[in-house]
Amino acid sequence: MLRLTNIYKLFNPGTVDEKTALAGINLQLNPGDFVTVIGSNGAGKSTLMNIISGAMRPDMGDVLIDNQNVTQMPEFKRSTFIGRVFQDPMAGTAPRMTIEENLAMAYKRGQGRGLRLGVTRRRREMFREQLARLGIGLENRLRAKVGLLSGGERQALSLLMATFTNPRILLLDEHTAALDPARADLITRLTETIVREQRLTTLMVTHNMEQAIRLGNRLIMMDKGRIILDIDPEKKKSLTVERLLGEFEQISGHKLSDDRIVLG
Amino acid sequence: MQAIWTSMSGSVEAGLLYALMALGVYITFRILDFPDLTVDGSFTTGGAIAAVMINAGYSPWLATAAALAGGLVAGSLTGLLHAKGKINGLLSGILMMIALYSINLRILGRPNMSLLGMDTIFPPIERDRRWMLLIVIAVVIVIIKLLIDAFLKTDLGLALRATGDNAKMIGSFGANTDTTKIIGVSLSNGLVALSGAVIAMQQGFADISMGIGMIVIGLASVIIGEALFGAKTVFRATLAVVLGSIVYRIVVALALRVDWLESSDVKLITAVIVIIALVVPTASRSWTMKKQAYKRSRELAGSEAGR
Repeated sequence: MLRLTNIYKLFNPGTVDEKTALAGINLQLNPGDFVTVIGSNGAGKSTLMNIISGAMRPDMGDVLIDNQNVTQMPEFKRSTFIGRVFQDPMAGTAPRMTIEENLAMAYKRGQGRGLRLGVTRRRREMFREQLARLGIGLENRLRAKVGLLSGGERQALSLLMATFTNPRILLLDEHTAALDPARADLITRLTETIVREQRLTTLMVTHNMEQAIRLGNRLIMMDKGRIILDIDPEKKKSLTVERLLGEFEQISGHKLSDDRIVLG
Repeated sequence: MQAIWTSMSGSVEAGLLYALMALGVYITFRILDFPDLTVDGSFTTGGAIAAVMINAGYSPWLATAAALAGGLVAGSLTGLLHAKGKINGLLSGILMMIALYSINLRILGRPNMSLLGMDTIFPPIERDRRWMLLIVIAVVIVIIKLLIDAFLKTDLGLALRATGDNAKMIGSFGANTDTTKIIGVSLSNGLVALSGAVIAMQQGFADISMGIGMIVIGLASVIIGEALFGAKTVFRATLAVVLGSIVYRIVVALALRVDWLESSDVKLITAVIVIIALVVPTASRSWTMKKQAYKRSRELAGSEAGR
């Protein structure tokens, strides 16, 4: 489904500020994999997401989606295959447009956009059904401006917009981190349901250890631009936060330092 | 009374014709969030193309269409400079505006060109039946407004609006924001040039300086319209722009009736209108907030002291 081979990414190469963000990342996601990603500050998690989405190009190495080499494909073209939810609830939606208009734009993911009406009656019915899945009453507010929604509602909408067209890959970039605990919990539950029901191949960065362990079938740990631990489905079932932290210290030789870490 | 009525209907007519330009400014300034100064040049381009072609004996309708096309090209060049050349939006517009000054002189061949006595898209009409023309113009402008509304509701139109609202988001759904920006700026300047062409025909001449300050007049129309008529939906917003353009013309006409103001003061009046329209809402909001905060603080302080 997704394959990364020997990815390198440097920031400010050749200057005193040179930083190796990714140092030889190899990663393969199989269809239906739900992989959670944890790591210390500056481990390269966000860079990894940006490399996959196409927001950044690797300095070396290849990105393959469905065996197609997409390394040089610009982000807007790659988004045909990739759904993405950002940490900032404001990032995934257009605030001055209505809920149904936002969904109409998401509905046309990766297709040509022409001079046909964006919100047709049929599409509106479909949007209503999809919004009802979220269970937060947005299906009754189709014509409300998205800017009027709360952070949690906007993030739920972003999640729906990223997923309801069944992308090949779903990237979740700490998408619950900016929400209060109750809202974060709601979004986590929705994520779980949507990913399971649609069998989406998912990569999720999180700071919540408990969440990283509980969700998904695989867990990878990053440190200093490398993947230092890849826990397979069998081992993941018996994983605990303490054992995870222990493993991290053992392999990396230092404590997991992340100022936003949540142990769960 | 008769004089006031004539000047009023003149203002309404001018407002309607300039509304095309204001709608263009609305597309860049409000929808794309891109203050595009190309307008000052492309307005003249429209007028120049129309004047030259009519003088050369072409049909005034063809001349109008060519003016529209000229604006579309000018706008797409600004869009290219900004989107592909990565030049700051304001600067892209200024560069195009300056370049267009020379191009417009080339098109006109001289600083101004008369259209008096020539066939234009406006039929020759007696003075007391001018209101019929006014109604026709109003209907045409409303149709153009409705076409713009419809366009902004298509898949492409939605992508265009999202480009100004949240470019990162629409990019992550596979729309090429470079393309949508270029289309938007192009469409905007097409409308501006169209407006320039009809104004040249209405006033009977094209002039190299007819576009100067046009961007500010466009902004004035957009801002006045929004302030008076609201902009909750696209339908409301474009209607507000058209009405704003008319109100602007009426305000200017009234201002010019003041004895000590001269017609050369129009641009200063325009700038002052825009400044007032921009400053007053912000200032009154922050003043209300401050007052509210002070009142609440006093209440809190009072209840603390009472304990």
